[in-house]
Formats: sequence, C-alpha cells, structure tokens
Amino acid sequence: MNIEIRDNLLQDIREYMGEDLLELNLEYTHPLLRIKRDRLHDACRFLKNTLHFIYLNEIIGADRFTSEDRFEVIYHLISLRNRQRLFLKVRVEEENPVLPTVTDIWKSANWNEREVFDMFGIRFEGHPDMRRIFLPEDFKYYPLRKEFPLLGVPGSLEMPNTTPDHD
Amino acid sequence: MFQSDSNISRKKPTYFREHQEALYKSLEDKHATVEVDDSDPLATRMTLNMGPQHPATHGVLRVLMELDGEVITKCRLDTGYLHRGIEKMAENKTYQEFMPYTDRMDYLSPYSNNVALCLAVEKIADMEVPGRATYIRMICCELARISSHLLWLGTMIMDAGALSFFLWTFREREKLYDIFDEVAGHRFTVSHSRIGGVNNDFTPVAEEKIRKFVREFPDELKGWHKILDRNRIFVDRNNGVGAIGHEEGIAIGLAGPSLRATGIAYDIRTFEPYMFYDQMDFMVPTRTEGDNLARYYCRMEEMAESIRIIGQCFEKMPKKGPIRVDDAKKSYPSKDEVYYSMEGLIHDFMMTDTGICPPAGAESYHAIEAPKGELGFYIQSDGTGHPWRLKINSPSFSNLQGLETILDGEMIADTVVVIGGMDPVMGDSDK
Repeated sequence: MNIEIRDNLLQDIREYMGEDLLELNLEYTHPLLRIKRDRLHDACRFLKNTLHFIYLNEIIGADRFTSEDRFEVIYHLISLRNRQRLFLKVRVEEENPVLPTVTDIWKSANWNEREVFDMFGIRFEGHPDMRRIFLPEDFKYYPLRKEFPLLGVPGSLEMPNTTPDHD
Repeated sequence: MFQSDSNISRKKPTYFREHQEALYKSLEDKHATVEVDDSDPLATRMTLNMGPQHPATHGVLRVLMELDGEVITKCRLDTGYLHRGIEKMAENKTYQEFMPYTDRMDYLSPYSNNVALCLAVEKIADMEVPGRATYIRMICCELARISSHLLWLGTMIMDAGALSFFLWTFREREKLYDIFDEVAGHRFTVSHSRIGGVNNDFTPVAEEKIRKFVREFPDELKGWHKILDRNRIFVDRNNGVGAIGHEEGIAIGLAGPSLRATGIAYDIRTFEPYMFYDQMDFMVPTRTEGDNLARYYCRMEEMAESIRIIGQCFEKMPKKGPIRVDDAKKSYPSKDEVYYSMEGLIHDFMMTDTGICPPAGAESYHAIEAPKGELGFYIQSDGTGHPWRLKINSPSFSNLQGLETILDGEMIADTVVVIGGMDPVMGDSDK
C-alpha cells in the first residue's frame, strides 16, 4: 500500500465531494469515507470512471441501532491499477430505507445488494431483480436487524412435517 | 403460461416399448420437472430445474434454466439452501467461540477460514503474533489450499466423465487429513488456530509427515499433468467452455483462480501481503483464456506453488519459539499454566467468558487468499467481547454470481462441467 498514491486519491475525492464528504477515517489501513446519501450514485460513478475503482468486491450492511440514520451500507471498492482498497459508507434512515442502486455502474452489485436487502430490508431503487437471496420470499423479517431474536421467530415459515405420522 | 406436459409429443419407441415407457414415467416422477411452453409447437423451448439435490451441483445449488434446444438462453441461480445465519451467530459469540463456525463455512479448507478470522481479529485488536506461529499457519494454509484444489480436481474431472481421478486425488487428500489429524487433533474441522497464535506446536511426527508429503506430492502432480494436459477428451470437454473475458470477469466480480484464469493477477498474497508472504518466492499463475481449461491450469500450477511455499517456510521457520502471544489478557494461556497455576486458570476463564475486546468504534477489514479466492472479514466492534457486526466476504458467493452470467449461452451438457470448474462451496456462499 503506497501512502503517496493513497493521499493523491483522497485529495481527488475531497476536491470532488467538497462538503458532502462527511467523514474520513484513516486509522485502519484502508481509508473509510462517509458521504452524503444523495451523492452516492454520483460518487460511485466518479470513483469508477475517474479513479479506476473498477472492482466492487462486496456491499456490507450494518445496523447501528440508533434512532436516526439507523442503517449503514458500506461499499468495498478496489482499484487494481493503484493497488488500493476503499470503503465508502452511506447511512440510511429507519423509516423507508431506500438507496439508489449501483448495478448500472458495477454489475457485481447485483447479488450484494440483494443480500443487504435480505438481511436488513434496505431497498435499492432501480435494481433489476430485487428479490431476497438466501431466505424465501414468504419470510417477513429481516434477520440481521438487531431486534430480530437469535432463536428466530417460531412459525414464521411453514415447514414440512418431520414425522411420517401426519398426512 | 406454462402447462403440464400432457401434450408433449414423443416419438414412439420402436424397441423395448414397455421398458421405454416405464423409463419415461419414472422421469416424470423424478425431481427434475420439465415444462413445455404452449406457444412453441416444436417444443424446443423449455424450463429446466436442476437441483438443489443434484450430485453435480456440489451441495445444494439450484439452477433454473430456460433452454432453447440444447442452448441455455438464460439461467437463474437459487441459493440459500444452506443458509445458517453465521453472521447473526457471530454477533452473539466471543471471537474465539466463533472460530468453529468458520470451519463450517468453506468446509474444504477449514484452516484458511480459521486463519482469516484470527488475522482479522488480531488486526482490529492490534496484536503481534510470534514468528513460529505465523509460519505454522502459513504451512497449514497452503496444505489447506492443496486439499481444496485436490477435491476440485477430483470432482471436476468426475463431472467431465473420468471417475478414477476422484480416487487418486482422495488418496492424496487422505494423507493431508492424516497430517491435520496429527497437527490439530482433528481431521476435518480443525479449529487449530487461536487468536494470538496457534493451539499447539508441530509434533516431530507431524513435521516429518508434512516433509514427506512435500517430497512426494510433486511427482504425483506431474503424473496428473501427464495424463490430462494432452488428453484429447479432457481438453475437448473443457477448452472454450464457460469462457469469460477479463473485463467481464472484473465487472461481475469473480474471485480467486476463476478471476486469475481471465488474466487478472489479483492474489491477496501479492496484492496486499499478509503473514510472511512478502518474503516468499512464488508465482501467481494466470491465464488469459478465461475458460474452464484455463481454470484447470491455474489451479494445478497453484498447487505446485503451494509446495514451494511450504518448502521455503520450513527453511525460514525459527526452530524454537513461542507459538502464542504471551499475554494472558489477549490470548489463552497454555494448558500447563491453566492446570498448575491459579492465575492461569483465572485467565483461561476470563478468556472464555469475555475474550478479547477490541476498542469501541473500531472498524477494520482483513482478507486472505483462501483456496477459492478472497476471504475477508469486516468487523465492527463496540468494545465488548462480541463483534457488533461481522461481515464475511466469501469467494464462493462472488463466483456463483459470476456463474449466472457465464452459463448464459452455454450448452446444457456443459452446465455440470462449468459448475465443477468454478468450484463453489455452498457452505461458503450461503453463510
């Protein structure tokens, strides 16, 4: 990891984002940026087209369990040319958690966004195939939200009988 | 839109009519259901459902394909049949307690998963691991890579039609299991790594076994190259099958050997060296074709490189030394201390009860190059012994996403080979 290249990149981002760059954390090897929600799509396009972050590795959802800006979505980007990783973070409120999709920028966002939706119920506007990825569609809860009990909700899914006596 | 298959026109069999009819009947009753579109008089378009219970899907992957004759026009993957909610469980366990769960993610290379978790926690908690422990981890990680690739080789060639290979690769895997049995005390789910080091040092027997394996395995590998590289059937079956270019490969987010087979030398061991990989002399095998044959070559060469790395590790490894951090606040004390001193027992109890507590508000990511690609853990800490959020970046998930694109336009008979070549493990993908 080259510090000089990293600082140049961050300088470019700072210039482009201006006031909308809310937080910049350099404490843990990989830079962690937090930006305003409205600029997300725009910032992603800039990062890919101008700064060569062509590889979207994963999208991470997190539940902060606070009253405002409850959810966090973190985009893990890699620039192969500059050998850099970058974490781009936006916060989403609890009421009506919606984000613009980035599938039109990185194709690999497809399943990752579906996973975030499955686990946290954050919808991605404009996503071509917004279904749950791991859990069945009949399941009405979002399991990685903090209020979801560890043991699950009994009766939330109709299960087949486990003994042959029935039916 | 779809209607059941009462009006499928089948050519009446000429010979063995009863046998044929019984066979068709049994096909209808079987789990693979065939539905025919009514608006298509020649009945060339159909929807085929493969899996989740299918021996070639390497677990519980379900593939839904729309066919035009023999060509897959589009397909959808249905995952989640092995979803166990590992990330939710992680939030309710201490970091060390979570270790055995990582064994069950990519269950073909449990050691890599253990090490990935340990390195991520050590990074967020800011710990230094003794040199000998790191070398032990490196050796075992490379053995796990060989073990995983051996299973891929056996099953992939079995999917391509040659059964005996499976037995040969499993004979070698058996040796690796014996090694892990000797090193960790378990054959399959090892959980040998500890946060801050490893559980126990190599025994002389274990070391001798690994050296023997390192001596003998390259010959075995050479033999396999000899039988496959110029094998007409094998090459014809794999050449140009499931091909993808490097731009598309990056765009759909492939990982590991599948990505390197398209020509992108993205290997975390060189991209962002962890442990002592920066001091090792090894190559990152790449190909440019991006098809199944290229993936085969990449993985085969990777196994040879792993053997080289293990050899170098043995040369550079300190002969003696601690294998765990000597700080009872950060890592488990040794069993000697636990059994014979009061403090040791208390510390052991504290480690089990609370474990290591990274600083509150810390967020960090650490990835290793697992056999199937980049395996990373993103941890958010709230200052307690449990992670606030632990996200697993699993390589099989990325590769399966790519599979959805790769399968489009392929022949249906190649599905099985392409899945075998991508080497997904559902435990890893479904979390």
